[in-house]
Amino acid sequence: MLSLHLSQLDVQLLKLLAAAMLLLSFAMLSARRTQQLITLFAWQGAVLFLSTVLVAHEAGLPELYFSAALTLILKVITLPLILHLLIRRLGAQWDNEQLVNIPVTMLAGLVLVIFAFGLAQPISLLATTVTRHIIGIALAVILLSFLMMITRRKAVTQVIGFLAMENGLFFAATSATYGMPMVIELGIALDLLVAVFILGIFFFQIREQFDSLDLHHLESLREE
Amino acid sequence: MELLLVLGLPLAGTFVLALIGARRYAAEVNAGVSFVTLVAASALVVRIIRNGPLLVWHDQFFVDPFNVFLVALTAFVGFTTAIFSRPYMRIEERHGRVNARRLRLYHSMYQLFMFAMLLALLTNNMGLLWVAMEAATLSTVLLVSLYRTKASLEAAWKYFILCGVGIALALFGTILLYFAAERTLGQQGMTALLWTHLNSVKGELEPRVLGLAFVFLLVGYGTKVGLAPLHNWLPDAHAEGPAPVSAVLSGLLLNVALYAVIRCKALAVGSIGPAMPSHMLMTFGLLSAVLGAFFLWRQRDIKRLFAYSSIEHMGIITFAFGLGGPVANFAALLHMTVHSLTKSSIFFTAGHASQTAGTQQMDGIRGLVGISPAIGWGLMLGSLAILGMPPFGVFTSEFLILTTAMREHPWTTPVLLIALGVAFAGIFMKVQPMAFGESDAPRLPHSPALVPAFVHLAMVLVLGLYIPPALAHWYRAAARLIG
Repeated sequence: MLSLHLSQLDVQLLKLLAAAMLLLSFAMLSARRTQQLITLFAWQGAVLFLSTVLVAHEAGLPELYFSAALTLILKVITLPLILHLLIRRLGAQWDNEQLVNIPVTMLAGLVLVIFAFGLAQPISLLATTVTRHIIGIALAVILLSFLMMITRRKAVTQVIGFLAMENGLFFAATSATYGMPMVIELGIALDLLVAVFILGIFFFQIREQFDSLDLHHLESLREE
Repeated sequence: MELLLVLGLPLAGTFVLALIGARRYAAEVNAGVSFVTLVAASALVVRIIRNGPLLVWHDQFFVDPFNVFLVALTAFVGFTTAIFSRPYMRIEERHGRVNARRLRLYHSMYQLFMFAMLLALLTNNMGLLWVAMEAATLSTVLLVSLYRTKASLEAAWKYFILCGVGIALALFGTILLYFAAERTLGQQGMTALLWTHLNSVKGELEPRVLGLAFVFLLVGYGTKVGLAPLHNWLPDAHAEGPAPVSAVLSGLLLNVALYAVIRCKALAVGSIGPAMPSHMLMTFGLLSAVLGAFFLWRQRDIKRLFAYSSIEHMGIITFAFGLGGPVANFAALLHMTVHSLTKSSIFFTAGHASQTAGTQQMDGIRGLVGISPAIGWGLMLGSLAILGMPPFGVFTSEFLILTTAMREHPWTTPVLLIALGVAFAGIFMKVQPMAFGESDAPRLPHSPALVPAFVHLAMVLVLGLYIPPALAHWYRAAARLIG
């Protein structure tokens, strides 16, 4: 229906942005420095913003502009800023992270992408939106962020993984259904903001108690 | 009107207590707000029983016998827990585990948590349900880490990350649901996520998408229910938070998360048929019941012990909802009620027990009956009730679930019986020395305020002996709705 209005060029552009999104996810997966990760997260938000604007423009849906503005304010400006301030106050911006093993993580990421495309296949066939091929990429972004949360041992990086996952979810919402209803998006954004504030408080408490943000220390509660 | 009060009172309480929460009388205000909420909830119940289901505010809120029953239960346990927490938190303050500033946080977040749960129960919008569940998680993260010890920070972190990931999966499920709905309802905006609208067209929703959506929603909300193998956060969060928080987490939050799963199940069954959703619920339920029962044995901490018992019981309830049909649903609803009442009562007494003994390690808690009969007998009776001894209500619901399982899926009966037996032996062996063992600790000068615990147990006893016809009628109506 709406897809008829979309020019070939815009579809190409959207696909380009989707590819950038996926690429950024892989970059985050292999980034070592916390500060680098925050920058990549901000870029991911920017790509999400651009693609939402593009869809809003082409599909002629004014609500989507609000959604895009929300993304711009929250994910490109506010959250990266808060995270930057936090790690500066914590003195953690140059922290290096001992990763599990970058090549192995990358390979695992590739497998996840293939899995995501397989899973999204039946859905994209049903979708009427122009962006339907992007659903697979959105799912892949979600799974890659999940992988990042599993492989990282630092509190800040796990939170960035969590936020990147939320990016993937918004991307999925725009590409599959032209965005969720406005009230829901506002609610989700509010929850996200509160979550980051709480986690910010948490970082300080964790450091006060353990003298470090390394989650290795958080492993005493286990089944004996 | 009642609906507005039920939601508005806790929300107003959050802000009021954020301002005055550090004062001496904050605990009384907390209990007062909870009491007025309970009164409003009761009025809502009366109205629903008289006039049938209610749809208000552009269909955004929906009340039917199923959720109004959970609203009443939530408001009631919320009120008794607020009563219990008043003296309990005062003693904690005297022991220096919390200060006035943290008490302010505690009271404010307690009301916010109640608001989030009531909103999750009453909303008709699947997206708003998600937002409310996330808000409930966030408010309890702060409650779990209230003591700021290493262990409580770790528990809260684990709780946040695991439930955060879980609930993100649920959001993806919600997006898929919206996607399926949009194709059928064909309209943009708010109405495509309304449960009542979805329910009326559920036969036309695309089965493949809805199947996938249900898997994501079950895994997502299932993490919050504490279904194995996604239960890892639950014992830590229950053990490290203050006792009133453990009571509301176990007694209420798990129920609300399960409510979300059941609402999704109703939609999935309408679209893809009963086989897949039922089997998934039954598998997750059985696994949780068995794992919970066996993990009980290895626990040394009293609150962890009962946290695993919660996993076991949520498993049994999920299993019963998976069985479906009027009898199993009736039993599941009854079990939800009695588990919620009994488990919160146990956490009340367990809280006082560890407060008197100065430790949560069960080796350090001995001879409670000698030290304080109220604590000792409260713990013993609560444990017997949760283990399903007749004449307590847990026996009735477990008996109904077992007999239905025997008729519908005979092979599951031995598995359930093993889980129940193992849990029985495990809990009884650990509670018996705590209640009757030798202790040289002096007798407490006056017994602690455990009235709420005994009120809960009395209600469970009454439900075991005689279910009032009005209540039974109400359960049956709810069971029919779930289908």
